[in-house]
Amino acid sequence: MSAVTESIAPIAADRRLSLRARLALRGLDGVTLLVLPAVIFVIALFVYPFVYGFVLSLQPKAGDWLANYRKFFSEPFLYDTIAATLWLAVPATLINTTISIPVAMRVRLMHRRRILTTILVIPITLGTVLIAEGLLAYLGPQGWFNRVLMLFGIIHSPVRLVHNYTGVMLSLILSGFPFTFLLTLSYLTGIDPSLEQAASTLGANARARFWHILMPLLAPGLAINLCLSFVQTFSVFPSAVLLGAPAGATRVISIAAYQAAYEQYDYSMASTIAMIMGFVQLIIVAAILSGRSFVYRGATAGGKG
Amino acid sequence: MTRDKSLTERLWAITIWALVVFFIVNLVAMVATVVVNSFGTRWLGTWLPPAFTTRWYVSAWSEFQLDDVLIVTFEIVGAVVLLSGLLGVPAAYALARREFPGKKFVTLLFLLPLIIPPITFGIPLATVLYQAGFAGNMSGVILANLVPTVPFVVLVMIPFIEQIDPRIESAARVFGAGTGRLFVHILIPLLAPGILAALLLVLVRTIAMFELTFFTAGPTSQTLVVALYYAVYAAGVRAGQSIDAMAVIYMVTTLVWLLIALRFVDPTQIVTRAKREATR
Amino acid sequence: MAIAARDFRELRLDAMSRNFGALNALKGINLTVQRGEFIALLGPSGCGKSTALNCLAGLLTLSAGSIWLDKTRIDELKPEQRGFGMVFQNYALFPHMSVRRNIGFGLQMQRRSKAEVARKVDEALSIVRLGTQAEKLPGQLSGGQQQRVAIARAIVIEPPLVLMDEPLSNLDAKLRLEMRAEIRRIHELIGSATIYVTHDQEEALSLADRIVVMREGEVRQVGTPAELYAKPAHADVAEFMGYRNLFRSRVSKGGDGISVTLGGASLRGTPIDMTGEGEATVAIRPDELHAASDGPIAATVESAQYHGRDFYCLGRTADGTQIYFCAKQPVQKGESVRLAADPQRVLIYAGAPA
Repeated sequence: MSAVTESIAPIAADRRLSLRARLALRGLDGVTLLVLPAVIFVIALFVYPFVYGFVLSLQPKAGDWLANYRKFFSEPFLYDTIAATLWLAVPATLINTTISIPVAMRVRLMHRRRILTTILVIPITLGTVLIAEGLLAYLGPQGWFNRVLMLFGIIHSPVRLVHNYTGVMLSLILSGFPFTFLLTLSYLTGIDPSLEQAASTLGANARARFWHILMPLLAPGLAINLCLSFVQTFSVFPSAVLLGAPAGATRVISIAAYQAAYEQYDYSMASTIAMIMGFVQLIIVAAILSGRSFVYRGATAGGKG
Repeated sequence: MTRDKSLTERLWAITIWALVVFFIVNLVAMVATVVVNSFGTRWLGTWLPPAFTTRWYVSAWSEFQLDDVLIVTFEIVGAVVLLSGLLGVPAAYALARREFPGKKFVTLLFLLPLIIPPITFGIPLATVLYQAGFAGNMSGVILANLVPTVPFVVLVMIPFIEQIDPRIESAARVFGAGTGRLFVHILIPLLAPGILAALLLVLVRTIAMFELTFFTAGPTSQTLVVALYYAVYAAGVRAGQSIDAMAVIYMVTTLVWLLIALRFVDPTQIVTRAKREATR
Repeated sequence: MAIAARDFRELRLDAMSRNFGALNALKGINLTVQRGEFIALLGPSGCGKSTALNCLAGLLTLSAGSIWLDKTRIDELKPEQRGFGMVFQNYALFPHMSVRRNIGFGLQMQRRSKAEVARKVDEALSIVRLGTQAEKLPGQLSGGQQQRVAIARAIVIEPPLVLMDEPLSNLDAKLRLEMRAEIRRIHELIGSATIYVTHDQEEALSLADRIVVMREGEVRQVGTPAELYAKPAHADVAEFMGYRNLFRSRVSKGGDGISVTLGGASLRGTPIDMTGEGEATVAIRPDELHAASDGPIAATVESAQYHGRDFYCLGRTADGTQIYFCAKQPVQKGESVRLAADPQRVLIYAGAPA
């Protein structure tokens, strides 16, 4: 027994833990350091370019530090791009997100969903460039789409679907809908089915169940869906060039940025446009998310079960 | 849940299914157009080309130097896959197993490159790489593509790591394994399916990643998708069929890897894994 | 009492059946429930009791048979048209609505006036004694409180029938006992018929007016708690009702009554569905098998668990049969005891044990 007390006493006397032990208590040890390479990488190649770009935007080729921004907002050729992009992004986002709801409502009742979800993942994997090329041929005046419409007598001469707003909009829906659909589906299936069952025993028909139970619980997820979808459609680039009218109706803000960087070699202006682009996205995302804070955002299960 | 069988319910169901079918039919038709065109001799003004040939593939191969492009593409994609795994998996481990001050900030740091689209940060990134001399060759393209893929690997791997009982690791440490041997003998074998899934997803995403490569590539470091873009862009000069032949080669490449990835991964994870983390 | 159950005379289940593919979950259930009765559906997992409840609620359609509320056939109605109240196992409280809105939801669906809804909700809150929690969200309540909200939500619409699907299974033991008393009290207060699904025979015995014992989709016995406790109709029902001793045996008729052989000894008993002689199953409750110095059964004690008032023991007879019994005095492992039971409490069933 005395040997035990002897060995305990010195430890008890030295109350201060070593630095290593104290750090470990706060969660910092060798394992935590494993996160450093990735963190350094992201800071170096993501955060730093942003900061660099922001600083660069304030160092225009000519004029004072705000010259680039002033130039952007005084030339219609430049500031109209915001409107053109919004005119594409907002309807596409709304269409994709809204239609995803009824489709997801139906698909969640399916047993063999995997085939459908696999098919819908294809546009995402193919990417926007291939979709642009494909639609150029398919929706072209000689393409099958127009041919079928003429065959059924719906139109008499080919409808102009490429190299204009319509083509880009269709490509945004083709590549965007799978995203919104899969996301909405995952939110819907996360809602406890017994909630709808309970509502129906209390007299709620399908419509009432949708509006009183499902939509309120889906709302926060839908807000996220809207944000992600909007951010994606707002950055449309290859489709706007290949499938749209890049000098006209579909001159989107990414084209303006690209031209500043690679055609005019004015990297300061290009950074400015990229900053403005990011800023517009930020405003709209913030607006959507502030609406989200008014709805219930907790767990969607029905209780301790 | 008993399904409502009234007439309005039935009509509504039919409409929705019609929409879905319409979407899929158009998708398939679009892909078919590209494929058929690539095999047709000439195709103008008729439902199908009058005859079929494979010569466009031969001409596209040499015209677009597809052998070089494919090699470059796979070198870049391979490097991106490898490096994002090396950087991302240990970082995911640290995030899954440790609570440290600033963890929320680090998580946000990994989330941003996934939420913010490549164009928005692509141009400033290209500018920086250009200043540093990396732009215009393969190293620049690899670095640029790593920016969204490293966080992707981190966010996909965290749930996989959380699934492993920490007591297994404690047991290994009790028996004398340091962190290095812990990884090699215990973690990597257990995480192998997860790592494989994550890296396959990175592979598929990088093959299709357009904007970042477009902004940082030089003439000898273009991936297949960028070469395709340039071909379509200058389409007036070249025959449409050979462009479509190239497009088919691109499609086959992505879809083959997609199918392989799908053996290990649920399709929805390609979309929702990273985005779900954003809602936490 | 403003909240009172609607008038109806009886609910009749007529050969109610439900299949899931090749699995017959319910095989023609027949049952009649009177107004105001408390019926327990009791059985092990997979016996079909929850399926039966879901069919009654309309959440599952019937594969065959029908359900009648007095003269009206209701099995083709959707759940929202039946007007039954239901308490779910996981409570299924709407997480985005306050307690008040949860409870008032059914009334809202009936398009009652705001004043009426408020009045009835307040009354329901006072019945379940949750008046102070009205504005809270379900996530802020304890399990027992959520339970009570679920019950209030089901009774406030004054349904003719309240369906309860193992509502107490997620509560700890003490809370379960308290809520059992509450459920019985509320049932008597409201007066609606209640159908209560459980796998716990103690719960069924303490709550129900009549118990329906189910097994593999069929009704095995319907009776009052006393009937089921004292005279289970079949060996499997006996096993479920706590007759832990089930022995394979042979029946012989002797001068002093029917006897069965047990562990080499001979014991007098009461046949339930056994006629004549032959192979039989004997069921005895452990607490009805006691130590007696002149008892017919000889056993060696293998283990004894202290249960406060007595000892719950496991013994082994000379021929190796395990036997459970209760002892008032402490017994040691390895001790030899002699056991006896009242012949009225030794039940004999036809056929070998399953």
